Amino acid sequence: MTTAAVAAGERIPSGKLAVWWFLASEIMTFGGLLAAFVLCRFAGGGWEDQAAHVNAWIAAVNTLILLTSSLSMVEAHRAVEDGSRGRAATFLLITVLLGLTFLGVKGFEYSRELAHGFTPSTAPFWSFYYGLTGLHALHVLAGVVANAALWIAALRGRGWAQVAPRVEYAGLYWHFVDVVWIFLFPLVYLS
Amino acid sequence: MSEPAGFWRRYVFSTDHKVIGRQYLFLGLAMALLGAASAYIIRWQLAWPESQIPLTRWIPEPAMYDGHLDPSFYNQLVTMHGTIMIFFVAMPILLGALGNFLIPLMIGADDMALPRLNMLSFWTIFTAAVVLLASFFVHGGPAASGWTAYPPLSDDPSYTGVDWGQNLWLLAVALEFASFLMGGINFLTTVVNMRAPGLGFFRLPLMVWMQLTAAVLFMLSVGPLIAGAVMLLLDRTIGTTFFLPQRGGDPLLWQHLFWFFGHPEVYVVLLPGVGAVLEILPVFTRKPIFGYRTIVYSTIVAGLLSFIVWAHHMFVAGIDPRLATPFSITTILISVPFAVIVFAMIASLWGGSITFPTPMLFALGFLVTFLVGGVTGIFNGSAAVDIFIHGTYFVVAHFHYTLFPTVFFGGFAGLYYWYPKIFGRMLNEALGKLHFWLTFLGFNATFLPMFLLGMGGHMRRIYNPLQYDFLKPLAPVNQFATIAMIVLLLGQIPFVLNFFGSLRYGAKAADNPWGANTLEWQTSSPPPHGNFPTPPTVHRGPYDFSLPGAPADFVPQHRPAAAGGRAA
Amino acid sequence: MHGWFPEDISTYGPDIDRVFSLIYYIVGFWFVLTQVAIIAFLVRYRRRAHVPARPVRGERWRELAWILVPAAIVLVLDLGIDAAGARVWDAVKKDLPPGDVHLAITAKQFEWLVTYPGPDGKLGTADDFTVNSQLHVPQGKNVRVTLRSQDVVHSFFLPNVRLKQDAVPGRSIDLWFNATKAGSYELACAELCGFGHYTMRGVFVVESPEAYAAWVAQHAASGGGA
Repeated sequence: MTTAAVAAGERIPSGKLAVWWFLASEIMTFGGLLAAFVLCRFAGGGWEDQAAHVNAWIAAVNTLILLTSSLSMVEAHRAVEDGSRGRAATFLLITVLLGLTFLGVKGFEYSRELAHGFTPSTAPFWSFYYGLTGLHALHVLAGVVANAALWIAALRGRGWAQVAPRVEYAGLYWHFVDVVWIFLFPLVYLS
Repeated sequence: MSEPAGFWRRYVFSTDHKVIGRQYLFLGLAMALLGAASAYIIRWQLAWPESQIPLTRWIPEPAMYDGHLDPSFYNQLVTMHGTIMIFFVAMPILLGALGNFLIPLMIGADDMALPRLNMLSFWTIFTAAVVLLASFFVHGGPAASGWTAYPPLSDDPSYTGVDWGQNLWLLAVALEFASFLMGGINFLTTVVNMRAPGLGFFRLPLMVWMQLTAAVLFMLSVGPLIAGAVMLLLDRTIGTTFFLPQRGGDPLLWQHLFWFFGHPEVYVVLLPGVGAVLEILPVFTRKPIFGYRTIVYSTIVAGLLSFIVWAHHMFVAGIDPRLATPFSITTILISVPFAVIVFAMIASLWGGSITFPTPMLFALGFLVTFLVGGVTGIFNGSAAVDIFIHGTYFVVAHFHYTLFPTVFFGGFAGLYYWYPKIFGRMLNEALGKLHFWLTFLGFNATFLPMFLLGMGGHMRRIYNPLQYDFLKPLAPVNQFATIAMIVLLLGQIPFVLNFFGSLRYGAKAADNPWGANTLEWQTSSPPPHGNFPTPPTVHRGPYDFSLPGAPADFVPQHRPAAAGGRAA
Repeated sequence: MHGWFPEDISTYGPDIDRVFSLIYYIVGFWFVLTQVAIIAFLVRYRRRAHVPARPVRGERWRELAWILVPAAIVLVLDLGIDAAGARVWDAVKKDLPPGDVHLAITAKQFEWLVTYPGPDGKLGTADDFTVNSQLHVPQGKNVRVTLRSQDVVHSFFLPNVRLKQDAVPGRSIDLWFNATKAGSYELACAELCGFGHYTMRGVFVVESPEAYAAWVAQHAASGGGA
């Protein structure tokens, strides 16, 4: 783009504005789903018995995994700021692996629950459980794919200068996915 | 920047916002044909129920039986009419076409901030349209539960006989949402980051303010409905029970999620049409728009209020009766900022030097007809009156008197006004005026009687009103409205001839045929790739008309203050 | 204008119609005022040679007053309309009076199953009977209805009573009305409910309490049905 920005005021990089815009709409989407969950939960009865069948310990482990992955993402961004492509690659890989672990644990959790006969049709609680955690998991997967692409670019080196700023944007997205889980975890597993 | 070469990169997979704007325009106009065709069949059926509908013998069973309409297909047409008109005509023309084409030009930029994302946004909505049209050809046909898709009717195929049609509907609408979310990113980042030097926010043309506000409203409101659409799709595919009461779900949850989006959505559609009118009025009155800042503030207030009125669509839906009065109050409050904007438009006429070329006629047509829509909103917003008029043709008349003005009067005003800039040719004035009068008369004759139908208790989405004794006396009104609609449809022929004929045979357009001030008129028609040979610098607001002491009755935004007249 | 409404036969129907009229006259006044102003300005300020436009920007308060004062008046009138409407809404939907007759109506694709309490006057007893799409009520008595749905969302609409209420599956919704004039009227469904939505018509009969009691006795004896 060759057009100069307005003299007054700071210029915010378009990529960053774009990510924030996207995240704002995602907040409204997850917000809508979570609000519906909360309202339905406290309107009707009988959810406590169903909710008792989720395993808060497995979910707690997953929470730790996700929080750690946010840390590694912060390190990856710091590496980019320091100009260290190798370190960035390492931490991106760690984030990817942690994300995959999260998904693996989730898959294990689902298989246990389905084996016990708790399907999406069993009760409204389970509809929300699979809906909320499933949508979240899809977002984790998308983040894993994005981070993997960045990791590959960091390894290759060619064109890295163009791609490096996107680590910050991917980081913003990844932290958002983490924050959604922070809300989801107590509401679904602990209440 | 290198020029894109081959046919495919220049005209199909282009990242140039002007090409993308045109693509949205053609998509919207093409889908409008389908929207109009569905309206034709619906209205013929209402006027002469169970007669043979002319020109429909080619539609096969089970939709039509040798020109006789099947009741299920009637519901499917009603569904598709609303879905197509709002999501595939109104938004593509007003936001996709006018927004994409105008924003970079009006702010002096060479393109949008994220051109490839922009291109992706168009191909996403194109895919969405294909998916929606595909739903006509699957077993069970397209969705039949209204554009509002209330469950359980939309949730369980056994209630309508529609199976994949509803799933494809959900997919198409979701893709459309994704498309406009992507487009909105560009609207925001471009306006924030790429304004020409000197172009502060309060020197922006009002169209840019309207497009920006619409994009923000859409982005903030669509999330809950995306959530709802995911939930409905999961109900229909993997057996969740979000909206099915037999297994603990709640149909009203969908309604809340839908209308939380649905209400801001109508302002998303309204604001760009208003923006077009606000650009056109100063040019053909040769005076500044009245109350620029007031209009901006009113728009923002209306946008904020639009998030707290949604349950006025649900007064009789089974909500707690104590919620009705609060929502009546918020609903009636939202009429105030819109009253301010309408009064400002009227004040903009006072003291002007007014001429009436076609763009101005359509802009005035908006003002006159939107007033009807606005005042009839008061009836619907009163919960007590709504007990009677909910679900009747009073509502249908009201929303056509708001949507049609913005899309057709505002949108056409914009098309007639910016056609020279977009296509480099002038449209024919005589055909334009004929189009206006046929549209204005046809529209009012079609929809004004519908208020009377609603007062008579005529329900919506009814395949055959003659089943009811109390509706039989209203049959002549239905017939009148149908005949008027045919006039309205035929009245679009001059536009089609004009639009395509002028592409080839229209007079070549000058840079600034209307004598306007905004930056898009200060470059060639159409603008070159990159828009401005030299990037402009802005020295004044967009509506410096008839300034005392100025050499001409208009002073473009890039003229320095020394050129005469008080700079805004 | 009132000739377009269906005949009004309920106690609160005229109240609803009065709110409609109140709105009609208030917005009608503003509508005429604004349309006249538009046309007057268009005529008065047509372009005339050598008469320039006046560049009034509406940035000064005394200019803005021309649009802000009318807007403030609109606001006050709006709130007045809400106050009038709130009273009527509460009387119809929120503050349900005790019923002289209790009915249960279940909507389904595509008929109205009306359950009457039978001669003992109590719902849920052995002499209850259900009739398909026929609503009989005694004239001048408060009728309480518990509205349900068996399948999808329908909407219970009595145009002559000015009453409408969605029937939502999974919910029981209470409503009331008092019909003041004997006669045969209609019941309609006002929410799209499937391909037979347009056939979901019911006969709505208002008769003297004696005739109603006789009709009930006759149906209870024969065991219900249509």
